[in-house]
Amino acid sequence: MALRMWASSTANALKLSSSASKSHLLPAFSISRCFSSVLEGLKYANSHEWVKHEGSVATIGITDHAQGHLGEVVFVELPEEKSAVSKEKNFGAVESVKATSEILSPISGEVIEVNTKLTDSPGLINSSPYEDGWMIKVKPSNPAELESLMGPKEYTKFCEEEDAAH
Amino acid sequence: MRGGSLWQLGQSITRRLAQSDKKAVSRRYFASDADLKKTALYDFHVAHGGKMVPFAGWSMPIQYKDSIMDSTVNCRVNGSLFDVAHMCGLSLKGKDCVPFLETLVVADVAGLAPGTGSLTVFTNEKGGAIDDSVITKVTDEHIYLVVNAGCRDKDLAHIEEHMKAFKSKGGDVSWHIHDERSLLALQGPLAAPVLQHLTKEDLSKLYFGQFQILDINGSTCFLTRTGYTGEDGFEISVPSEHAVDLAKAILEKSEGKVRLTGLGARDSLRLEAGLCLYGNDMEQHISPVEAGLTWAIGKRRRAEGGFLGADVILKQLQDGPTIRRVGFFSSGPPARSHSEVHDESGNKIGEITSGGFSPNLKKNIAMGYVKSGQHKNGTKVKILVRGKPYEGNITKMPFVATKYYKPS
Repeated sequence: MALRMWASSTANALKLSSSASKSHLLPAFSISRCFSSVLEGLKYANSHEWVKHEGSVATIGITDHAQGHLGEVVFVELPEEKSAVSKEKNFGAVESVKATSEILSPISGEVIEVNTKLTDSPGLINSSPYEDGWMIKVKPSNPAELESLMGPKEYTKFCEEEDAAH
Repeated sequence: MRGGSLWQLGQSITRRLAQSDKKAVSRRYFASDADLKKTALYDFHVAHGGKMVPFAGWSMPIQYKDSIMDSTVNCRVNGSLFDVAHMCGLSLKGKDCVPFLETLVVADVAGLAPGTGSLTVFTNEKGGAIDDSVITKVTDEHIYLVVNAGCRDKDLAHIEEHMKAFKSKGGDVSWHIHDERSLLALQGPLAAPVLQHLTKEDLSKLYFGQFQILDINGSTCFLTRTGYTGEDGFEISVPSEHAVDLAKAILEKSEGKVRLTGLGARDSLRLEAGLCLYGNDMEQHISPVEAGLTWAIGKRRRAEGGFLGADVILKQLQDGPTIRRVGFFSSGPPARSHSEVHDESGNKIGEITSGGFSPNLKKNIAMGYVKSGQHKNGTKVKILVRGKPYEGNITKMPFVATKYYKPS
């Protein structure tokens, strides 16, 4: 993914926008050693999306680690309501000044709500990746898929290993 | 997330979701860090928070601590200092260096006044572009030129081959490749005031396209009033052992307003200025006429030819080229290289060769080639991004007005 392209050992120390994202932290969070925030209570995909499962609704977005590497988001492409998303299949794209990245859904289901604020304010993904920058709400078709996702500690470790490989 | 666009400028790849191979996408060969060349400012970049990436065989800063967006805006408000030492500077010398170079480029080199230069194109036998270059006639027996880093090996081999042939017929020309020097680019409204602090020469007398050899910050530099951003500014060739000191002095004299700026912002700036990036907007199969650089073909050269591919180019000047480079505005996601351009009925009329979001205009801008006849400003088009058409229109370039320092 786009993150793997950033061949620099200094990338770790350089989280460009992470200071901006810290203004919207939920009370329970753990800060990974790579200096981007990872929240408790969420599940994470190895393609850097997060899922918040509350009852029959799952909210999906991209992580602080992802938005930090992407840079300033200038455009977001999201699916329509009522469309289907599938685990590990792309459902949209995020554009920064210089790069385009696909967003992959961590789970399968039906899109019940799309964050329309992102049309006029794509930068919410940078400033508030876990809250105002949420992307879609999905009715999961197979809740068991959530089990195979990573928890916060696992994801933190995953990020560190990925960044260290560059 | 899965990224398709790479940070490698000149090779930006638009995500083609329909055709992508899942497994292939993230795997990309990079030269190991040990193989990458480093400029004299490498440690300086790292110390200043530079994010180093491979580019044309060098380890170069794509950005620093500020975002590409902020960096691009800052260049036009204050100024930017770029390390472009990866580019290749060389001197051609000898009694016949001018007629020699004229066999390889479209410029009227003989007609250049000493101490002036211009953008030109090295052509191949088919009239296509081998590279673009800023050449300067220092004197009638000394030409200084700078070529792209990515084309260094190709260009030098080309020049050397033709130089051997030229000399075997008795021509007097030799070359020196300035690997002992480093090129820095200082651009923006503060470029001249800041640089003036570091030299006794009166920079107000050095206009756009002019060249001088002078002392800057205690070392002998080649100074050209030119750049790749559309702003007023300079390219400074400094002996490599003094490059860091010069960079430090420039940043200090500007009191932090001029910032070290990386290749990411450099690409946004040149796109806003409507300037070609060789490898994207200009390639071996594209002629300078098609690229909109007819102005760079000297008047005398249009009559006489005498450069590689002249027959093809002179014919295009007569009949008009079949494709032309134009600018685009568009809605939706930014158009990127290789996006198809369609007319309003859905017929393919061209292709985007560079595009992105303009930090200064806060809208999508792009450049590309369309069929002649469809190239007029205002023409409505549809640009395909990830398989979906988005509205756009053809517009003139530069997108952001240039501020070259010219005599009034």
